[in-house]
Amino acid sequence: MSQFLASSHLNLSGLILCPLLGSIILLVIPDSRIQLIRSIGLCTSLITFLYSLFFWIEFDNSTAKFQFVESIRWLPYSNINLYIGIDGISLFFVVLTTFLIPICILVGWSSIKSYKKEYMIAFLICESLMIAVFCMLDLLLFYVFFESVLIPMFIIIGIWGSRQRKIQAAYQFFLYTLLGSVFMLLAILFIFFQTGTTDLRILLTTEFSERRQILLWIAFFASFSVKVPMVPVHIWLPEAHVEAPTAGSVILAGILLKLGTYGFLRFSIPMFPEATFFFIPFICTLSVIAIIYTSLTTVRQIDLKKMIAYSSVAHMNFVTIGMFSLNIQGIEGSILLMLSHGLVSSALFLCVGALYDRHKTRLVKYYGGLVSIMPIFCTIFLFFTLANMSLPGSSSFIGEFLILIGAFQRNSLVATLAALGMILGAAYSLWLYNRVVFGNFKPNFLKKFSDLNRREVLIFLPFIVGVIWMGVYPEVFLECMHTSVSNLVQHGKFD
Amino acid sequence: MYLLIVTLPLPGSFVAGAFGRFLGSRGTATITTMCVSLSFPFPLIAFYEVALGASVRYIKIASWIFSEMFDASRGFLFDSSTVVMLIVVTFVSSLVYLYSISYMSEDPHSLRFMCYLFISISFTPMPVTGDNFIQLFLGWEGVGPALYSSINSWFTRLQANKAAIKAMPVNRVGDFGSALGIMGVFTPPQTVDFSTIFACASVFSEPNHFFVFCNMRFHAITVIRILLFIGAAGKFAQIGLHTRLPDVMEGLTPVSASIYVATMVTAGVFMIARCPPSYENSPNALIVITFVGAMTSFFAATTGILQNDLKRVIAYLICSQSGYMIFACGISNYSVSVYHLMNYAFLKALLPLSAGSVIHAMSDEQDMRKMGGLASLLPFTYAMMLIGSLSLIGFPFLTGFHPKDVIPELAYTKYTISGNFAFWLGSVSVFLSAYHSFRLLFLTFLAPTNSFKRDILGCHDAPILMAILLICLAFGSIFVGYLAKDMMIGLGTNFWANFLFISPQNEILAESEFATPTTIKLIPIMFSTLGAFVAYNVNFLANELIFALKTTSSGNGLYCFLNKCRFFDKVFNDFIVRSLPRFGYEVSFKASDKGAIEILGPYGISYTFRELAKQISKLQSGFVYHYAFAMSIGLTIFITIIGLRDFLSFWVDNRLYFIYTVTFLFLNLEGDISTN
Repeated sequence: MSQFLASSHLNLSGLILCPLLGSIILLVIPDSRIQLIRSIGLCTSLITFLYSLFFWIEFDNSTAKFQFVESIRWLPYSNINLYIGIDGISLFFVVLTTFLIPICILVGWSSIKSYKKEYMIAFLICESLMIAVFCMLDLLLFYVFFESVLIPMFIIIGIWGSRQRKIQAAYQFFLYTLLGSVFMLLAILFIFFQTGTTDLRILLTTEFSERRQILLWIAFFASFSVKVPMVPVHIWLPEAHVEAPTAGSVILAGILLKLGTYGFLRFSIPMFPEATFFFIPFICTLSVIAIIYTSLTTVRQIDLKKMIAYSSVAHMNFVTIGMFSLNIQGIEGSILLMLSHGLVSSALFLCVGALYDRHKTRLVKYYGGLVSIMPIFCTIFLFFTLANMSLPGSSSFIGEFLILIGAFQRNSLVATLAALGMILGAAYSLWLYNRVVFGNFKPNFLKKFSDLNRREVLIFLPFIVGVIWMGVYPEVFLECMHTSVSNLVQHGKFD
Repeated sequence: MYLLIVTLPLPGSFVAGAFGRFLGSRGTATITTMCVSLSFPFPLIAFYEVALGASVRYIKIASWIFSEMFDASRGFLFDSSTVVMLIVVTFVSSLVYLYSISYMSEDPHSLRFMCYLFISISFTPMPVTGDNFIQLFLGWEGVGPALYSSINSWFTRLQANKAAIKAMPVNRVGDFGSALGIMGVFTPPQTVDFSTIFACASVFSEPNHFFVFCNMRFHAITVIRILLFIGAAGKFAQIGLHTRLPDVMEGLTPVSASIYVATMVTAGVFMIARCPPSYENSPNALIVITFVGAMTSFFAATTGILQNDLKRVIAYLICSQSGYMIFACGISNYSVSVYHLMNYAFLKALLPLSAGSVIHAMSDEQDMRKMGGLASLLPFTYAMMLIGSLSLIGFPFLTGFHPKDVIPELAYTKYTISGNFAFWLGSVSVFLSAYHSFRLLFLTFLAPTNSFKRDILGCHDAPILMAILLICLAFGSIFVGYLAKDMMIGLGTNFWANFLFISPQNEILAESEFATPTTIKLIPIMFSTLGAFVAYNVNFLANELIFALKTTSSGNGLYCFLNKCRFFDKVFNDFIVRSLPRFGYEVSFKASDKGAIEILGPYGISYTFRELAKQISKLQSGFVYHYAFAMSIGLTIFITIIGLRDFLSFWVDNRLYFIYTVTFLFLNLEGDISTN
């Protein structure tokens, strides 16, 4: 066992292939044996999760270089290799991905009524693609996987989505993301023609002239900002969330949104440091606008999922502020907030999903007084609502506070305006909670009286543990990032 | 043991919340009471060791958030002010808790209520004991949700829901200030640790340390202090952020009201009392604090005299007193402020609890106008209320007398504008608060009765458990001030060691003791007696008086102005609370998200393409001669261009051909074809 654990035996390609293998096995099993399909899907995802934990255990905190590196020849004649590895920045995204997929599979356990096998397969493929994105250290292949995640996601929204509008949503989702990434592809080609390689190791040591940096940065920004999402291009997110099935929302909020900010952190900031510096005011302005604007929009939503989606936009823009404060606190805070948002907003979507499964509506005005019929649910919902408004002791607080600290040192105005989001966050979170949980019970609309069952409580439990753990002892997460993040800051000479 | 003080209430709330349904309300009550009563002796021992034994405790457990220079550890600091606060907080909150077991015994949701109460009890020691700003912030914020959920404990009442939603964001406005303040604190010395910051406070108060905000320079330490003060004011219900207090009091049960007062308000004043070294270094911040404190006490006192809801009146009394504590800090007498806080903790618990007893007895009637003559029905409660009120208005040698005697004197001997301002406003509000606490007493207990027969018949005095607890508090409100006076604010006392640092030029305790003219010294006590006297004599006439006032138009305006809390709520509601969501819907959601962005974005694109496709498809008429015509035209143009290439290329860029060709796609040929 100990020999197996030795880092030389852990390989990332195995981690990427593991869910893929599971989905191939699932393909050959006939549709009728649903119990077997479910258990294989769950087992595969759990094994992947456990396997990814070994990477965390074996991770070496003391170095900033990429670990568990593998290189496979792909297009040798044009010098493009499949080159994978993780460092302190990407480690937790991999773990977060593998953590969320078993949850998604459990969510679809009984609520998915059609195409059950395909559901499992879609999520497993999605998982392996997302792990690949976070591990990929080759620019072109990053692009390939970054885009390919869209396909299973498009299918998930399109097939298991709830209403007729899902086609619109899937279309918007696809349109926005694809439109942005065209520019990124052009930029990648441009880089390839200048340097002759798309290997990140080499690119990190390449210096582009300042004008080129700015052009390339804008091209990357066009793609990443859609995923974050930044303000003028954010409208796909509420649509997609509302139409997606619960598990789809979890993936969307938990992982897909992080692709954009991860991209900034992995490519834009270290490769184009001068352009990054040049664009700080731009990014900060957009993010601050987004925080205030989407928070205010959230206050007036009546669809539960839309509220959480809009509040996700606000949180993700907190992340960009932290990231572009370009100091260690800001960046570490932004990574932590991303992780925390992955847990908290996913859990909130699960809460909404639990309500939707019972009452078949997501409109806030049909709910009320749930505290008297669903006490366990209300406690859990309160926990995540408080975490969403970043109460100290929860994971979001650590992230948000570090971000604000970082931002304050870069620009106090930005920090002040961003901190306004705290007030608005309290307003909409509590309004939502009050409407759903307190007040008079509405027996005309709510006909079912079942609290969470054991499976659902089991689903929420890891989230609660994660949020408290991150909030009370974030050191475990922070210590893995220190070296990589300070290397990032040093590398760009931002201090 | 020191850690037990902080952690012991936590399992209590967990038990009540998670296992309450198995234990039943009696079982839960037993276990939680055990937790409370176990946690009470520890602060006493701590008080003995730390304050009397003069040995400061500093416990560092583990690192919490650590990122580059930012290092917030889980550390606890027990100095004199901490242990004083701890005693007050644990004593009051455990008494109140016991009271609640009796008070809420008939409530169907008493378990949930106990859990909420316990959460607030368990969060209270956090801000007091933390050794860095983040720890303080943790405890500080943690009280918020506890408050939110306990306001909501009668969740079907719309008023309670509204108050709950209002409480948190207003609270958050304060936290917004304190979060910014903490960031500001962190920026110059790169630490959030109390001791380090205070050690270097004088260095960073030099004018060369400033923040740039919107390209303007602000003196660092003043900005930090004012921001932190906003945070404190949010907790402490100072003017502007006080709007929450009356609503909260109305929504809460008397029990949670007193917990709230004991905990939140403590946290607020403690914030200021914790950081004297840095306040001392920013005179401007001190002036702001003095003004705000004095104005709060005056505003609250004037509003309170025309309120009719029992709990609201008490809320405004408390608000007015908290103003006192703040301006005592503003004239840099932190020890007096803490002393005042400690004394008033007993009164503040006693008054809402006795009011609760009245409300309980009157079957949940809260309007004072519908009470009256209860003294003979509830003699015990009346006695308790009387003790509380006398002590509150500063009847000589009761607990409330000592600080109330000292604070205006100190303000006077400051000999500054802010000091004088505070002195006169303070004295006037002494008069007003004396008037309105006695008005409460008369209306409720002495005036001819106005209540319903049904209520009077069901009226009963406090049950034995509640009575014992009230007696404990009443003892506190009689004796504590006398016992602690020389220890805490006596001349030359060494009780606070170095923790309440007062810079030498601000030290005025001796001055006020010996140099104040006797008339000035007598003003507060005279005013308060006068207030009570006026209340006694006027109140029987008050109805006619107020009625006469209300019928004149200007009098009516004034009455409404004061009764409606100077329209703070209205202003906030109309200008902020209504306009922001309006923006959220009309502008950001409807006009932009569902309007401009969508039209210019996905729907615009799909619409354009659809229209374009329609137009192009019209070209496909199916007639051969149309196609032949188009081909021949195209060919002619093409050949012409090729033929003239040499000629054209002189003055036309080659790349324009592309645009020229593409333009054909967009030509509107509809007209041509339809004519054919």
